[in-house]
Parts: sequence; structure tokens; C-alpha cells
Amino acid sequence: MEIIYPVLSIVTFMPLAGVLVIALLKSMNAVRIAALITTCITLLVSLPIFIIFDRSTHRFQFVESYQWIPSLNIHYKMGVDGISVLFILLTAILSILCVTVSWKAIQYKAKEFYSMILVMETAMIGIFSAMDLFLFYIFWEAMLIPMFLLIGIWGSSNRVYAAVKFVLFTLAGSVLMLVGIIALYFIGGNTSDIIELTMLRYPIEFQYWLFFAFFAAFAVKVPMFPVHTWLPDAHTEAPTAGSVILAGVLLKLGAYGFLRFSLPICPDATRELMFPMQILSVIAIIYGAFITLMQTDFKRLIAYSSVSHMGFVTLGLFSLNQTGVEGGLLQMINHGIVTGAVFMSIGIIYERTHTRRIEDYGGLAKAVPVFVVFYTIFSLAAIGLPGTNSFIGEFLILSGAFKSNYAITIPAILGIILGTAYMVWLYYRVVLKDLNPAIKEHLHDMDLREILTVIPLVLLILYIGIQPSVPLSYMHASVQHLLERLNVSGQEVAAIKNIVESIK
Amino acid sequence: MNELKPLLPEIMMIVLAVGIFIAGALFKRKDFFPLISIAGVVAIAFLLPEYKGIAFDGMFISDGYSIFFKLIFMLNIFFTGLISANYSVIKKENYGEYYCLLLLASIGMMLMASAGDLIVLYSGLELMSLSTYVLAGFLRNDIRSNEAALKYFLLGTFASAMLLYGITIIYGLAGTTNLNAISLYLVKAGIAANPVMTVAVVLIVVPFAFKIAAAPFHMWAPDVYEGAPTSVTAFMSVGPKAAAFAAFGRVFYEALKSAEMDWTPALIAIAIITMATGNILALSQKNIKRMLAYSSIAHAGYMLLGIISGTQEGLSALTTYLLIYTFMNMGAFTVIIFLEKTDMDKNIRRDTELEDLEGLSKNHSFLALSMLIFMFSLTGIPPTAGFIGKMNIFMAAVHAGYTWLVVIAVVFSIVSAYYYLRLVVNMFMKESKAKEAVIAPPVSIRLAVMISVLMVLIIGILPSLVIGI
Repeated sequence: MEIIYPVLSIVTFMPLAGVLVIALLKSMNAVRIAALITTCITLLVSLPIFIIFDRSTHRFQFVESYQWIPSLNIHYKMGVDGISVLFILLTAILSILCVTVSWKAIQYKAKEFYSMILVMETAMIGIFSAMDLFLFYIFWEAMLIPMFLLIGIWGSSNRVYAAVKFVLFTLAGSVLMLVGIIALYFIGGNTSDIIELTMLRYPIEFQYWLFFAFFAAFAVKVPMFPVHTWLPDAHTEAPTAGSVILAGVLLKLGAYGFLRFSLPICPDATRELMFPMQILSVIAIIYGAFITLMQTDFKRLIAYSSVSHMGFVTLGLFSLNQTGVEGGLLQMINHGIVTGAVFMSIGIIYERTHTRRIEDYGGLAKAVPVFVVFYTIFSLAAIGLPGTNSFIGEFLILSGAFKSNYAITIPAILGIILGTAYMVWLYYRVVLKDLNPAIKEHLHDMDLREILTVIPLVLLILYIGIQPSVPLSYMHASVQHLLERLNVSGQEVAAIKNIVESIK
Repeated sequence: MNELKPLLPEIMMIVLAVGIFIAGALFKRKDFFPLISIAGVVAIAFLLPEYKGIAFDGMFISDGYSIFFKLIFMLNIFFTGLISANYSVIKKENYGEYYCLLLLASIGMMLMASAGDLIVLYSGLELMSLSTYVLAGFLRNDIRSNEAALKYFLLGTFASAMLLYGITIIYGLAGTTNLNAISLYLVKAGIAANPVMTVAVVLIVVPFAFKIAAAPFHMWAPDVYEGAPTSVTAFMSVGPKAAAFAAFGRVFYEALKSAEMDWTPALIAIAIITMATGNILALSQKNIKRMLAYSSIAHAGYMLLGIISGTQEGLSALTTYLLIYTFMNMGAFTVIIFLEKTDMDKNIRRDTELEDLEGLSKNHSFLALSMLIFMFSLTGIPPTAGFIGKMNIFMAAVHAGYTWLVVIAVVFSIVSAYYYLRLVVNMFMKESKAKEAVIAPPVSIRLAVMISVLMVLIIGILPSLVIGI
């Protein structure tokens, strides 16, 4: 089935159109409703993508291409394949929930707040559907501005520090990527089309340089050890919706970048660097988990747990086999759902108690039972209990890693044990124990809006946990194609090298 | 008469300048001067492309390159006129000379951009410099303005003298001051690596570096920028810089192209020092004018990459960058000038400090949002024009094989993010302490900001619409 209208552009720029509407509105209520409607419409118009998507091919679908900067042969080119398609759905769903979760929490400059959320959504969907390096880069960087403002204006006490740190870290990585992109543009024969660039095979030294240039940007975003230090600050200080976007989508962009660029464009360098990458991932898993264990701040604890969880994702990706990469991809989505959900829970309870210190909590089970039901599901999903989505993801990652390098799986499994430890211990301190009288009077259970906000996430967690083959079926063909490219031995290299030389 | 045709825009400018000068002496009411200069300049800008050609045996060249620069100079006057119209400092002095001098300085710049001969280049440079010296000291009762003018004058004449030395040596070698003839002579004589040639090149590089405020010849810039009336600072931060770059391109790409090995290493060193000095010293500035002075030094460093590339691509990237820089820098200065708290009756001129921006997003949400866009554009973050400018320059440099230099440049642009972001932090993330009545910005300020914001966004999103890339 063919789709004749530019569905990806419509999905990408729908939120931006919403911003224009919001700019005209005066009352806060109208602004909130407009934002909600916009995000819902965005999800609705994006649904055809998933329904019509042809899962049997690795090719990009719904491709649109227009001249953009003709003299540089740069195109506005959009398209999705099995790797990116599910992230658009994830972004669209999380954006709706970001609006609803902020409904009451954001009273200050609400108009600007919802505008920023919508601009963010445009940038994120744009990143996942861009098929031109420069277009990708523009969306990638454009995301910095709204995120900076989200953290810096609506964050908690130390927000300015966290916002500036976030921008400086991200910018440091991405400008190096820009140099890489420009170099690739010339070596690849004056083109920035991702498909054309992934057809060539580049000299190995160039691949190494390029891999490091991309690594600078993507490792910061993931974040990989040792460039993860912006994450706890940004996640902790950001408003709830900001944390959800950060954990849910932003962190995925780094891992997505590895899959989209580093692996297919620098296949030989990736193979050579597979082991160091796996080591870095395992360090992130173990080190992240240990730091998480000793946190005293509720939100910061979850923030650090992301370092550990994203370590699993990169471990899966860099095991470079079908199981591992698919597991990594699935776990990216899972982590977006689960950690987003946990951050929302924290936001919901923080609105009542106005404290993030774990020791101030205790005995929530008695005071807010409905909240605790949801929180329990999310905690179990974060641990990776069978039946929840994270179990599938982690299982696939570990079996993939085992096939690639069994020694590396041993410390990685230790990370799962540590993960259980910090989540269960946190659960004990927050939900069980004795109720702190100081917060008791502020506690009231979740209202309908909040329940409706978290229910989609519960459904997703269980759905993926029970029916993982559905999301995985989107990925098979694309991942397989990617790995074929990665594992082709150097036979064509000489031939293609000649082509590259002649272009230069 | 035919000979004069390419010169007509300059002649019209002179008529306009002299006319305003005379009108200043005749009429008491002077508030229509900005309007006249703006209208005149806009009209001339539309006529510009009509007058292509070469006059006086190649002494004066009006081609696509020079016309592009002249458009930048027109824009410069256009914006300066808009922001001066309601700038109390200038309003109080309000002599016709102010607009006359702006126009005269721009005529000098136009001559520099069109110079096909070193003598024309030098006279253009002098006309521009002398006018800007006076403009910097325009507030004769203000000691800081006096200081700025004197400092600029003393150092500036030194630079001009150096340029004359350089021209003399080249004349001694080649027996001509015509750029084309010099180039032919250099190729024929093959004396590119000759030590005398090196001395000549150095003597030409230094004054140009001085005019674009490249380190280590940048010392005057922060002080002069701070002391001069802010509208003049805005004018100086774009005009003379663009003019010097225009001459840079002409002299080095046309006349001294074959001596490339003499000037490229020198320019690389200057570019690196400039980016480092500008960006690092800007970090600690509290006075926004001073900060923008250092930022303009840093931008001169990025622009030099275009010259260093040594290709046509680099040169056109440089011109594009200058155009973009005009919009974002002028926009930023417009906001700063509006926020300046000046009490001319008590003769207090207080510059806008970083803390004056606190809470701006609440009192002047449009100005704050615009300033945010200017700051991100100056940092080079898409989808603003600043990114397109940087990308072009970097592409040209990478294409010419200077990837390592681009890596240095991007590292410094990360540093720059810090001080630009600080403005945004103050505007959006802090509350203002002062409780003063909020005065809506006058039309001229709003117009200037609106035009620059629009251009920054349009060039950032659809660059091929505006600039021919």
C-alpha cells in the first residue's frame, strides 16, 4: 500500500504548527488543551506509518526528498526504516503524557513551557526520520535550545547549573560530529544522503577518525562512561516532563546514532573497536549501578540507574549480532517507557510532598495505595521481571553478548543483580517502612488525570513483555541488512576504494 | 561620463552625506536625518547591482564581490540609523554630522571593497578610519568617548602607516600599485619566497588584522567598543570589519595569490590566537558591550578560516558569514542599546551589564526571545543563520585540507557557548531585581529587531532563498 501525502513531514511539523496556535492563545487552560490536542493529533497522523509499514524489507519507506541547499547537494530527505520507525511512536506517545503529567505542576509561564515541549517533539521526530546528514544534524542541535530552556526555567533549585552543563557537554560532542560530517561529505563524493554514504566503503584510517567524531556526539548523548556526568544533574533538576523526555527519547538518540551512522558507515572500525566498546558498556553497567545504590535523592537515583541501563543497550548494540542488536533496540524502547514511567511517578509524588529525599518517604503503601500499585509495576519492570518488557530486552542483550564474547556477560549479569538491589531497596525505603508523619498530611492519592497518564505505559510494558515479537518484527529486516553490511569481508573494499579515489 | 557609471552609487552616497551635513547647519529640527539616511541608503542599495563595471583603468572595480560587500555596508547604515534614531545619547548631541560621518565612513568602505589599486584601497581605508575615529569620540563631553577616539586614532594611524610601508615595498618590487599587474609581476618574477616579499606581506597583513580586530592586534577593540556611543559600536563591529575583509580578499586572492605560502602560515597563527583570545577573554566580561567586543574578535577568527582556505569557496563562505554576522550582531546590539540606562541630563552613561538582563523575558518577552535567537545564532546552533555561516566556513576549510584547524575552531565555539548562554540564563532563568516601569520599545528598535530576527531564521532554515548557496 502506498501513501501519497508526505506523512513524515506532517508528523514532524504538526507540533510546530501547534506552537503557532499556542502563541495566539491567552489563558493557561486554553494553552494546555491546545498542547494536548496537538500531541494527540500528532500521534493520530503518525499511526498510518506503523500500520502500512512493510516489515519485510530493510529499505527506507515513506521517503520524501526535496532540494534544500542545491549548490551543496543537500536535500531535505525524510524516511524511516525498521530501526527508526518505533521511536517515532515512542516519541509521539511520550509527548502526550508529558503534557498531561505537567497539567498542574506547571503554572509558571505555561505558554512557553508547552511550546518548548512541542518544539522538542518536532526536533525528536525529525531526528528519527532525517535521511540527510545535515538535516539530521540540524534537528539534533535544534533540540538543545528547548531542552536548555526546559531545564533552566522550570527545573528545581540547581537548574541553571544543570542546564548549562547539559548544553556544554552535548555541544562539545556534536560539534566534533559536525567536523566528521563535513569530512564525510567530501570523501563520500559531495553528498550527504545517508543511503548513498552507507553504500561506500572508506579507507580504514578514515573510518577510525569518523568513528571517533561520531562517538564524541553519541557517547555523550547515550551517555557512556566516562562522559555521563551531565546526566544526573540534568535529569534531577529538570521538571518531570523534561526528565521524561530526557530519559525517554534523548538518551536513545545516542544509541540510535551509533546504529544509523557509526555501524554502517565505519563497519571495519566498528568491528575493530567492538571489544573496547563492550568494556565501556560493562563499566557503565557496574559503575552506574554502584553509584545508584548510594544515592539519597529519589530522582537522582533513577537518573543514575539510566547510566546502568543504557550500558546494557550499548552492550547489545556492540555485540554486533542479530540477537544483541535487536535486544539493544528493544531495550531502548523499553527503557524509554519504564524510566519515563518511573520519572512520572516521582513527579506525581513530588507534587504532593515537595521533597526528593528518600529518607523523608516511607509507608506510601498505606497512604496512597493506587499510586503504589502503579509504582510497583514500574519498579518490577525496571528490575526486568519476566512478563515485563525489560526482561525480554535484557535477555536478548545478554544472549547476544554471550554469543559475541561470553566473558563480558559475567560482569553484565552482575549488573542485573545490582539493579534489583537498588530498586528493591528503594522500594523498601519509599513504599514500605513507617510512614513519615511530616508528609502524611500532604499525601492524597492519584486523581483520574494522573491515572490516565500512567495507564498507557502500564499497557505498553505488559504488551511488549508478553508479545515482544510484534515490535521485534519491525526490526528484523533492517537489523539483518545492517549486520550484513557490517560483516562483509574486505572483498569489495579494493574496488570501492578506487571509486572513492577517483571522486576525490 | 561612461567612465563614472560604476562609481555612481558612491557619488550618490557623497551627495547624500554632504546634503545631510549642509541640512544640519541650516535646519533646527534634526529628527528626520535618520529617516533620510535610511531611505537614501535603501534606494542606493536597490540601484547597486545596476552599476557593474571597471573604471579608471582598473583602479575601481564594481563586480559581484564588491556589490555584495556594499550591500552589507548599506545594511550596516540601515540598522545603525534605526538604532540611533531613538538613542538618547545621540539624540541629545544631534548634529547632522553624525549621519554624515556614518555615510562617509561607508563610502570609504565601499572604495575599499571596489579597490583595484592599492592607492584606492589606502584612501578608502583612510576615509573610513578618520570618520570612525570621530564617530567614536562623538560625545565630546564624555571622557570615555574621548578616550576611545584617541586610543583608536593613535593605534589606527600606526596601522595605516604600516600599510603604506607595505604598499611602498610592493611598489618598489613590482613597479605598480595595480592589483592585477602586481599579480602578473609576481608570477613572472617568481619571487614568492623572497624575504623582501615576506616583509611586504607582513606589513599588509598587520593593518588588516588590526582593522578586523584579530589578535594580537585586537587590544584597541574592547576599550574603543566600550567607550564609543553604543550605536557607533554596533556600526564599527560590522562595517570596518567587513571592509577590511573585502580588501583582504581582493589583495590576497588577486594580487598576492602566488605568494600564498608567505601569508597562509601567518594567517593560520593569527586565526588560532584570535579565536583563543576572543573566546577566552569574553568569558569573564560583565559589561555586555565588552563581551560583544570580544565575541566580535572571536568571529573575526572564524572568518579568517575562509581566507586561509585559499579557494573561491572559502571567499564566498566568508562573505556569507559576514552578511549573517551583520544581522545577528546588529540585532544583539539593538537589544543592548534599548536596555541602556542613560541619563543625559546628569551626564551619566551607563552600559548594559549582564545583570540588567535579568528577568527580561518577563518585561520584554519579544526582545528576550529575539536576543535568545541572536545568542544561539552567534554560538552557531541550528536552525539559526549562525550555523549556516559556520558550516559554510568549516566546509570550505575542510575541503581545502585544514580539518585540524576546523577542529580547533569548533572547540572554541564550545567555549563561546558558555558566555552567550549566560545572557540567556539571565534573561530567562533569573528574576529582575529592579522595580521600574516597563517602557515599550520604540518602533525603530522593534523594526530593527524584527528584521534581524526574521533574517536570522530565514537564512537558518532556507539559506538558498537569501544567499546564493
